[in-house]
Amino acid sequence: MNRIDESPIVLIVCRVLSPFIMLFGLYIIAHGHYSPGGGFQGGAMLAAGLLIIRLALGTTLSELHFRRAWGLPAGVMGVLIFFAIGLVTMFMGGEFLNYEYFIIPGITGAMLRSMTILLVEVGVGLAVMGIIVSIYDDLMDGKGN
Amino acid sequence: MKYLRFLLLISFGVLLVYGSLGLPDRGDGEAVFNRELSPAGTVNAASYHIQNAYKDAATPNMVTVILADYRSFDTLGEVIVIFTAGIICYLLLRKRKVKHE
Repeated sequence: MNRIDESPIVLIVCRVLSPFIMLFGLYIIAHGHYSPGGGFQGGAMLAAGLLIIRLALGTTLSELHFRRAWGLPAGVMGVLIFFAIGLVTMFMGGEFLNYEYFIIPGITGAMLRSMTILLVEVGVGLAVMGIIVSIYDDLMDGKGN
Repeated sequence: MKYLRFLLLISFGVLLVYGSLGLPDRGDGEAVFNRELSPAGTVNAASYHIQNAYKDAATPNMVTVILADYRSFDTLGEVIVIFTAGIICYLLLRKRKVKHE
């Protein structure tokens, strides 16, 4: 195993940068209705915020930040959110993923479609983030400091 | 042989540039895929999306409406592709605890 020099500059820069990267990822997901962006891009940014901690601090410390066991369940949750929205619209009498039949109390018509698009984007972002982190953890399994 | 390769590369590059000269300009309203009616006389999908995206979903970003609403089945497929990649990596690469007997 290679010995890794722990540079305090790298540690501090990554620790300071990570929350801002994740905040920007959330902004990209939430602002996808008005500007370029959406679930895939925002999820990749969220994953970048998690992975920079993993690269800088190593596996033992990043286990306190985001556990290795959480990556795949987060991805599964994202896919299930997307699929559940489709199933709800189907059971409410519409077609699969026809957002007009989704139920959010107090919202109807075009606004309902808009809000459901936001929910779908959140699901996509969660799936992309979880899967990217999970693939990184699988590749690094048992290696690293 | 070496010069033949360069000659092939350059000739293919010239072919590509020559082909791209025939493409319509960006945002050209008279291009086939930008017209309101297709050559067969039916309504083009693109013009329908442009005219109705905001009315249907109250979202200013047309690309988001197309990706997440009109073509949401396609987006579901993309998410499942990524999910499959993650599952395969999990199954192939993650170490299982081996029981010592």
